[in-house]
Amino acid sequence: MLELRGITKRFGPVVANDGIDLDVPPGSLHAVLGENGAGKSTLMKILSGFLPPDAGRIRLDGHEVPTGSPRAALRAGIGMLHQDPLVCLPFTALDNFILGREGKIDRAAARGELREVCARFDFDIDPDARARSLSVGERQQLEIARLLSLGVKVLILDEPTSGISSEQRTKLFSALRTLAGEGLIVLFVSHKLEEVEELCDTVTVIRAGRVVGERALPCPADELVELMFGDLVVSSARPPVEIGAPALRVSGLAAGTGRQAVTGVDLEVRAGEVVGLAGLEGSGQRTLLRVLAGLEPARAGHVEIDGRSLDGSSYEGFVAAGVHYLPAGRLEEGLVPGLTIAEHLTLAARLSDWVVDWDAARSRAEEAIEHFRIKGGPDTPADALSGGNQQRLLLAMMPEDLRVLLMEHPTRGLDIESADYVWTRLLARRDSGTAIVFSSADLDELVGYADRVVVFFSGKVLADLPAAELTADRLGTLIGGKVAS
Amino acid sequence: MRRALQVVPALWSVLAALVVSVILLALAGAPPFRALGLVLDGAVGDGGRMADTLMSWVPLTLAAAGLVVTFVAGLWNIGVEGQVIAGAIGATWAARTIPGEGFVVIPAALAAGVAAGALWALAAGVLKTRGGVNEIFGGLGLGFVAQSLATYLIIGPWKRAGIASTSGTEPFREEVWLPTVGGTRLSPVAVILALAAIAVVWALLRGTRFGLRLKAVGANPASARLLGVPTEATILRAFALGGGMAGLAGAVLATGIQHKLVPAIAGGRGFLAILVVLLAAYRIVWVAPIALFFAILSVGSAQLQLRLDLDSSIGGVLQGILVLFVILIGGWQALHRRDAEEP
Repeated sequence: MLELRGITKRFGPVVANDGIDLDVPPGSLHAVLGENGAGKSTLMKILSGFLPPDAGRIRLDGHEVPTGSPRAALRAGIGMLHQDPLVCLPFTALDNFILGREGKIDRAAARGELREVCARFDFDIDPDARARSLSVGERQQLEIARLLSLGVKVLILDEPTSGISSEQRTKLFSALRTLAGEGLIVLFVSHKLEEVEELCDTVTVIRAGRVVGERALPCPADELVELMFGDLVVSSARPPVEIGAPALRVSGLAAGTGRQAVTGVDLEVRAGEVVGLAGLEGSGQRTLLRVLAGLEPARAGHVEIDGRSLDGSSYEGFVAAGVHYLPAGRLEEGLVPGLTIAEHLTLAARLSDWVVDWDAARSRAEEAIEHFRIKGGPDTPADALSGGNQQRLLLAMMPEDLRVLLMEHPTRGLDIESADYVWTRLLARRDSGTAIVFSSADLDELVGYADRVVVFFSGKVLADLPAAELTADRLGTLIGGKVAS
Repeated sequence: MRRALQVVPALWSVLAALVVSVILLALAGAPPFRALGLVLDGAVGDGGRMADTLMSWVPLTLAAAGLVVTFVAGLWNIGVEGQVIAGAIGATWAARTIPGEGFVVIPAALAAGVAAGALWALAAGVLKTRGGVNEIFGGLGLGFVAQSLATYLIIGPWKRAGIASTSGTEPFREEVWLPTVGGTRLSPVAVILALAAIAVVWALLRGTRFGLRLKAVGANPASARLLGVPTEATILRAFALGGGMAGLAGAVLATGIQHKLVPAIAGGRGFLAILVVLLAAYRIVWVAPIALFFAILSVGSAQLQLRLDLDSSIGGVLQGILVLFVILIGGWQALHRRDAEEP
């Protein structure tokens, strides 16, 4: 029996886990379900010792499990398979398998053991192959074999099915069923409803760091969606928007690699139209936005702005065509930590003057600060601003005439007032004929502000629907990968 | 990285380093306070010594001023030692080849040093931007090449008449020595060049778009690119400018101090300049006083050998301790800040 009591973890002001209790009996195939940022991964990292909790206790079969040390968790019998399997790439499969064992190394015995586990679960790993040459699925199999040989009683799998083939997925699921049949506890972390329904017996749903429900499976998908996303307010009728000629046209686009790949994307966005990109994080929205911004090359397909092809164009070419990109990580790829508001606005002005007139720059900054209601002065560094004010600064740095505005999570982490303000500004841009494409994890935002919602799943467009025809429930189901409901 | 080290930790570090130095001197069997007094006396005790200290300060300051440019741009230009050597080679070439009066040849030699240092740094820059070679490894590799090239020239094409010796090339004609004053080794031109380098870097970082771009690229290249900064061109210009100043340091060493090319022409001044810039926390205004402090330690600690029979390398030990404490205290503070904020 695995028992978690009152697990709490804060990152600064964010409470990632808020007093989580969980009981899982031996032999369970137990799912932990929740949208991105719900706190699933934090909880699993605490359970497997990678993160120390601020409060809470873990017990396994009546024994206290020390927290904050992966080694101690493994000794107690808790092992985790990470989303990107943590193998040493330059090592051989066998060396990886041996890694983490205590005492004398007996390679011959270990080799036999690895062969045995592989034969048992129909895994296909050459012990002498370099881990670098193994696929993600094979690395996963190797990690499972290693954790089993260390005698784990609890096996945690964090989003194990992204990036592996369907054959590997079938093998994985059958191995997990066998192991649970032998009394192992399998904790399956996912946001994919179908997989959870297919594999697991019980599910715990986490939202905003708290357990919001436990269900035995099967259970109606609607019920799980509602648990995951909460009560959704369906937006009222929107005012009709004047929509102009196509501003952005994408056809047959393929780009990115691995988990980030997108394929076969067709999309048309007209001047004055707002298109929302829905989908779980990493389903391809970010790659699409970055290709459309000219920051990543496309492998195939075409991108046109105002009927002019931008295939193979540089970032500067996209900028010249009137494309502007606002990334999600404001301090990571939007602003420069340490530079002030005045310095940012000066950089963004893209002038070719050699000597900067700082008095003029400061007064321009004062104007922008007043106009965009930024809480700060010309000499305030960007990293000292709150998230909302950083977003306002990014808005202040947008060029005047834009054809296409691309945004990732425009209001993530903002309070309601800031979020409303950001959208007021964006809708003003829309009204002046800018086409807006934004990704968001907030279903209310998607349904509330987009004219059309494009749903991504595993790097492909699953649906492209007018927002007026969407209920947030249906959107939630689509995001989980279910077309028919 | 720009604000990794602040003034307060620097003060604590100086204090801690002094305490450890006093203990070390005592352990070495020297009366610590008398030893420190001797260092000071050896560096600034009379006009001649002050001149020597200033002439040791000039190349250190030039190289450090150039390093500030690259460090602000987030480039670990560890190859600065090689750029100093390249500058000395360039200046030696000009001094040996160009005929004519000093007022023609000296500026030409200094310019050749700047060009050679800039080229050497640009090579590291191109290796980074086009070849994906980290500038630390590219710079170190090119440093060895520059050192070997200098040695080859000294015992090969530029050997002294009749003898090939690693003691150096034939001294330059006296017209192409940097002019000195007051019967000392002090060259006002060299001092003015060092002060000018400080002023140029200060103005660049404070008032120009290029300086702003340097800071943006250094603090966050991804954001800088999105904001329209031509990142590759900015990086290469930073290398060229930093290398040019290091090359000028080499040219001053060749024309103003050694008056010839010797294998150890840089003598670790490039590496010492890295320590100066670390201690200054990349702020140009602090470079001049810190470089002066280092020059005093270097020149003055020669007295320890003469008067107390201590090895003069004790000066290097004191410099090293100081830098270690600054990095340690700065790093310790950063670690504690992070602990309070993040997982």
